[in-house]
Amino acid sequence: MKVLSITALLLATASPALAEPSVEVMHFWTSGGEAAALGAVRDKVVAEGVTWTDAPVAGGGGDQAKTALQARIASGNPPAAVLILGQNILDWAAEGMLGNVDVLAEAQGWDAALPQAVKDFTKVDGHYVSVPTNVHRTDMIWASKAAFDKIGAAYPTTWEELNALAPKFLEAGIIPLAHGGQAWQEAYMFEAVALGVGGADFYRKALIELDDATLRGPEMVAVFAQMAQLRGMVDANFPGRDWNLASAMVINGEAAMQIMGDWAKGEFTNAAKKPGDDYACIPVPKAKGDGFVYLVNSLSLFTQTDPDLVKGQEVLASAIMDPAVQVAFNQAKGAIPARTDIDLSAMDACAQATSASLASNDAGGTAVPTFAGTHAANASVVGAATDAITAFFNSDQTPEEAATALADAIAAAR
Amino acid sequence: MATEVDFRTRLQDWLPKLVLAPSFAVTLLFVYGFILFTVVLSFTGSKMLPRYDWVGFENYEKLFALPAWTTAITNIAIFATLYITICTAIGLMLAIFLDQKIRGEGVLRPIYLYPMALSFIVTGTAWKWFLDPGIGLEKIMHLWGWESFSFTWIKDGDMAIYTIVIAAVWQTSGFVMAMFLAGLRGIDNEILKAAQIDGASNWQLYRRIVIPLLRPAFLSAFVILSHLAIKSYDLVIALTGGGPGRATEMPATFMYSYTFTRNQMGIGASSAVIMLMTIAAIMVPYLYAELKEKKA
Repeated sequence: MKVLSITALLLATASPALAEPSVEVMHFWTSGGEAAALGAVRDKVVAEGVTWTDAPVAGGGGDQAKTALQARIASGNPPAAVLILGQNILDWAAEGMLGNVDVLAEAQGWDAALPQAVKDFTKVDGHYVSVPTNVHRTDMIWASKAAFDKIGAAYPTTWEELNALAPKFLEAGIIPLAHGGQAWQEAYMFEAVALGVGGADFYRKALIELDDATLRGPEMVAVFAQMAQLRGMVDANFPGRDWNLASAMVINGEAAMQIMGDWAKGEFTNAAKKPGDDYACIPVPKAKGDGFVYLVNSLSLFTQTDPDLVKGQEVLASAIMDPAVQVAFNQAKGAIPARTDIDLSAMDACAQATSASLASNDAGGTAVPTFAGTHAANASVVGAATDAITAFFNSDQTPEEAATALADAIAAAR
Repeated sequence: MATEVDFRTRLQDWLPKLVLAPSFAVTLLFVYGFILFTVVLSFTGSKMLPRYDWVGFENYEKLFALPAWTTAITNIAIFATLYITICTAIGLMLAIFLDQKIRGEGVLRPIYLYPMALSFIVTGTAWKWFLDPGIGLEKIMHLWGWESFSFTWIKDGDMAIYTIVIAAVWQTSGFVMAMFLAGLRGIDNEILKAAQIDGASNWQLYRRIVIPLLRPAFLSAFVILSHLAIKSYDLVIALTGGGPGRATEMPATFMYSYTFTRNQMGIGASSAVIMLMTIAAIMVPYLYAELKEKKA
């Protein structure tokens, strides 16, 4: 299947020798909401008279897309724009594969429009090599209003409150925490807990600087101790469950909460649930100061020599940054716009709250890049750490053992 | 006139070589060429893209220090041993039973053989649902009133590997049965009759005559099953996704994730080389024995 899709891609790109601007976009946005979101960009690009060649490679986390991209690069024929995440952008830039749209960015004043958090992953060495479509927040709790009403509790704002809720939910026959036991989901839960328990400074020191003493230190043990608390809140049947099935458990009131990035909102929206009336989107509790874990989605621009293709890249970049497109894109995708200077009154309460929180955290220096989404560290470190995290969540390791295992795994992968 | 005949003869000489040449060249490049490429990569510090900076055996040292690789080889040892043994035993048993000149053999044989027609992805997905305590076997037993029934292996890190064995055995034992059945049908009835006249019991008949005569079938079954075991990837992905945690990681899933998703191409390549050497260690003695037999 993969071979087929790669062949299809090669065939699709072999044809255009057309004398008009065109842009080929390789991405893994194939679910309903994601495709609709990208449609907003495509409509704008096509309206400018540029041919849009769609090159989707299915597979949620983008692993398959990454393999397809490697094949395209190896054959010397990179697509014009590719959806890649976090450190991979920096890696491709370091390989000298990425072009830029600095002139356009200068003219349109991107520097003022984008928060530093986004620029960290789109502007590499002073060049805009990637164009941001949206920002996801990964440290979110999705809570069922019905479940909280049933036990008469308020939404938790501290870890103590959250931990105290679990026995009450169990008594009422509700699963406290809906969780999908797949390694990547446990990695996202871990980073939310790491920021929530340890604070932004600890998060930076441990997961960005990968400081060995911090990784083994008492704060990391405390993070794993909270993970163990969460481990006690999930049902017995969690291993292997997909994240959207866990969301469904919250939607139908079988479970009270899910810790998941804000892409989960799409599941609630599709089930015709309203924020506030049916469910709540609340940040994961923060014990030390405020915090915000972000994941930037952006289309990275691979160097092109044909002027028509360069023109296509510019039109694409301009379309993505268009305020109306940013809003339309993110209404469909369930994220928030990468620009912080646009009117969000058309978006729902969750998106508005998340956007406000990003602005304040960005200003306060407490917005941190996602670790699980390979923004904070590269894929090999994250992969090794994920092994240690998921091993802890699926065994009876103590928090101390887990911190040691994590530090060892990261040291070996660096 | 003479030259024309010469040309024809020469053409006839050359034709087989000409026709075979493209596929030979393609195989040489895309199979052996890339094996060589992988071996070279395993000695380089390749991360995201192939690079050619020689690092010696560093990747192999790292590989064997990784707990994930230890899990993977432990799993393949458990899986391969059980899978090959159980498949062979069940296949042989089914073949012997079917060979008793029973009625309806024509119906039974394809029933046992059909699982082989499914892809491992289908098998894996079906067994994933069947073994899931929340929707599968356990749930049904509870609905039927057997409340204490519990079968949660697939959710248990220590037992999950055995669910893969169950699914794989279900898929392949019918195929092994067909191989043994063919072997049984090839045995000369005269020998069996002679033994019966000599007063051999049924047990002795199978133990002393039939099973030794099935030696070639055993060898084929062993070779096919062992390479299926070592390259098992799709079944694991569909059935457990390598989980719970990383409890059912196999060398093949390890190789894919390190090479393509974790930017550790060097380590991925070295794990592929280890897998190749494992297969070679099984295949070479077998081929050697087979070829020697033919010469004799």
